[in-house]
Amino acid sequence: MAWIDIGALEAVPVRGARVLKTDMGCVAVFRTGEAEVFATDNTCPHKGGPLAEGIVHGQRVTCPLHNWVLDLNSGEAVGEDARIATYPLRVEAGRILIDATELTRRSAA
Amino acid sequence: MKQNLVVIGAGMASGRVLEHLTEAAPDAFDITLFNAEPRGNYNRIMLSPVLSGEKTYDEIVTHDDAWYAERGITCRFGERVLEIDREAKVVVGENGHVPYDKLILGTGSNPFMIPLPGHDLDGVIAYRDLEDTERMMGLGAGHKCVVIGGGLLGLEAAAGMAARGVDVTVVHIMGHLMERQLDEAAGYLLKKSLEDKGITIRLQANSKEILGEDGRVKALLLEDGTELPCDLLVMAVGIRPNVALGQAAGLAVGKGVHVDDQMVTSDADVLAVGECVEHQGAIFGLVAPLYDQAKVAAQTLLGEEAAFVQKSLSTKLKVTGCDLFSAGDFAEGEGREDIVFRDPARGVYKRLVLDGSKLIGAVMYGDTADGNWFFGLIKDGTDIEEMRETLIFGPAYQGGAAVDPLSAVAALPRDAEICGCNGICKGTIVDAISGGATDLGAVKATTKASASCGTCTGLVEQLLQVTLGDAFQMPTAQPVCGCTDLSHEDVRRLIKTKPLQSQEAVWQELGWSTRNGCHVCRPAINFYLLADWPLEYQDDPQSRFINERKHANIQKDGTFSVVPRMWGGITTPDELRAIADAADKYDVPTVKVTGGQRIDLLGVKGEDLPSIWSDLNRAGMVSGHAYSKGLRTVKTCVGTDHCRFGTQDSTGLGIKLEKVLWGSWTPHKLKLAVSGCPRNCAEATCKDIGVVCVDSGYQISIGGAAGMDVKETELLIQVPTEAEAIEVVMAVTQLYREGAKYLDRMYKWMAKVGLDWIKEQIEDPETRQALVARFELSQSIYRKDPWAEHAQDRAETYAPLADLTLEAAE
Repeated sequence: MAWIDIGALEAVPVRGARVLKTDMGCVAVFRTGEAEVFATDNTCPHKGGPLAEGIVHGQRVTCPLHNWVLDLNSGEAVGEDARIATYPLRVEAGRILIDATELTRRSAA
Repeated sequence: MKQNLVVIGAGMASGRVLEHLTEAAPDAFDITLFNAEPRGNYNRIMLSPVLSGEKTYDEIVTHDDAWYAERGITCRFGERVLEIDREAKVVVGENGHVPYDKLILGTGSNPFMIPLPGHDLDGVIAYRDLEDTERMMGLGAGHKCVVIGGGLLGLEAAAGMAARGVDVTVVHIMGHLMERQLDEAAGYLLKKSLEDKGITIRLQANSKEILGEDGRVKALLLEDGTELPCDLLVMAVGIRPNVALGQAAGLAVGKGVHVDDQMVTSDADVLAVGECVEHQGAIFGLVAPLYDQAKVAAQTLLGEEAAFVQKSLSTKLKVTGCDLFSAGDFAEGEGREDIVFRDPARGVYKRLVLDGSKLIGAVMYGDTADGNWFFGLIKDGTDIEEMRETLIFGPAYQGGAAVDPLSAVAALPRDAEICGCNGICKGTIVDAISGGATDLGAVKATTKASASCGTCTGLVEQLLQVTLGDAFQMPTAQPVCGCTDLSHEDVRRLIKTKPLQSQEAVWQELGWSTRNGCHVCRPAINFYLLADWPLEYQDDPQSRFINERKHANIQKDGTFSVVPRMWGGITTPDELRAIADAADKYDVPTVKVTGGQRIDLLGVKGEDLPSIWSDLNRAGMVSGHAYSKGLRTVKTCVGTDHCRFGTQDSTGLGIKLEKVLWGSWTPHKLKLAVSGCPRNCAEATCKDIGVVCVDSGYQISIGGAAGMDVKETELLIQVPTEAEAIEVVMAVTQLYREGAKYLDRMYKWMAKVGLDWIKEQIEDPETRQALVARFELSQSIYRKDPWAEHAQDRAETYAPLADLTLEAAE
């Protein structure tokens, strides 16, 4: 595990998201509760909608383009046979840390 | 041979150490107990019942003089310890030295005082000891008190003083009360019951300065400029371990005095317990772990093997009538699931947090009887897979029926207004039903309820069901979404009637089955709340579709379109130059003229939005709201200015209407047009509201559409003056805002309530004036440029949180 500090928890609105740029494309960082965060690919498996722009509800997000609903725990699209990658996150002392192992692997290769 | 034991601090933790020691080995130590407070050990956590008058100080004394005397403990109360000399193994008190073989630090904690200007004024206190409590008790009924801090201690202080008739305001910086122990839903319920006790709660309030007069506190000034007058100001924002003595003595100190699992500090002969210690990075404020520490410390002193282990904690608030419980971890982490139970009729909320097959957290409000059972499951790590389905009903599960969808209506008081048009209360309707009006038609005929606009029909039917039971066959209404069984009409009516002024209130009081709604209901509820409570409710960007959250239209490739407002379709060479410059500067691929008489810049990158808006703002342009369920444009023809047929100044009226209406949110988009003569060049008769000028005045018609459905407007009213035309447009817009279902265009709403009913409202001068006044009130909040606001205050939210590609490149 290679934990990288990507910003303050406060910088992501509750029931909202922000984008993290990586070599493997954009990752969406969701904040579903005061200290509950998730990270997934930012791209909807349907038509590539930007998930960080969607409405966040419970531990799910709805894609802004065509209302596909994605589960942030599993990355699975609800009621569809598709999924997106999820990434481990941690909150420590008000900062969000992401495990960058997966995110830098491709660029190193 | 007896050893000398010195204990510094007579608090609850060190008191418990003494109990264990003197019981297990009464003759092992000669004990000296120092305490800076002029008294022995009392139950500090019971100060709140003392404050509220439910207990007296004598009742909360744990160890009285006789207790110390029986055990031969030398008490040096009211005497400060000046120094610990670890080399000579001597404690230096104000009245002399005491040598020790073993020393226990129990110096507790200090309340944290925010260093606001004025924090040292007389009348600014903490809530920590008996002196503070007596100060609060001495305030007397009718006086004003402000409490900073909406945590456990602050709320207990507030409730205690409110019980004594003090006018209390709690100022809390976070979005809900007790955010460390409660989730939003329980925090909302707690706020509500504290407000019922007469306590004013101000959330998301930043304190700026404490104002004084002649050295005494006078008021608290908030960042937003509000002044809260007070005779006493209590700061209850947290505690800091008191490490001064330990630090001066050279012990290892971090946030608190470092101890190992045996409660021994960096000096083998010095132990520490209670709120002054730091164990594996954690500090302690609740009593349960302190007692565990005390036991371990006593065993260590007696040479027994023992180790302190941190456990998960539970919390209960000691405020009469506020029944809440929280335990474990309910906020953090991935891979967790919620089970939520709400019963609005009884005001009950329960939320369990599961991690795999284990219960890891619980928050309960209203009914906490099963709290300890859940806490046991959390502590023991019990596998709950088998009982998962019924877990939330507790140990006494008896079949666990689903929440009754009718409970929200059943819980309404008799004087709750059901039919807003005719002012009919629940009691009147129930009486009519009991008196023989057993179907909707009969209720309409006898009470007039739901006989006008009809939006309360669903509620009247539910009352029939509640009153008549199975004798009434409910027609099936379309619920808002999967989160509730209630229809849009029911929810709107209940938001007004109950009244509900926050999303949390809606989720809780109407028994939502999800934690915070979904993408279908949240935008609708957000609109209903801001339309009905413009001052009380704050618009929630997170409940808006992306276009309204980012004030631009998202395109299929994730870029956005930007449409500046052109009032009434009129522009200037300077504006056009600024638009052309912006299009060049931001590489806008497509520039298009829209059907609403303005210019659309398509293909702007999300990150560029705040800067392109700033550029357009500088040229005097504002958002065109081309993305909103709100006023879009007022299309105009050139009217009397240039046209040889024009009868009135249609361009002027269009601009005036746009300036009055812009920024307002409506159930769906709202498009207007003003034509200067019946030739209707502005195509006013296929708009939501169309004005056609004639020689004798203004014909205002509504309910047109030119989208999936094509509709011609129908005449609402003709008025003689421009001023009256503007008034009518405002009134009908407000009527639509107050009554329509979210995402119903005006023509759909009109089909439901009927044009005749709308006419009646608008023609009645009093109703019209009231509608205009309510619209103006709402516009006092919403008639503003979101672009300017976002470019100034929220620009960073449009940029990525972080860019890891840059780090990789380094």
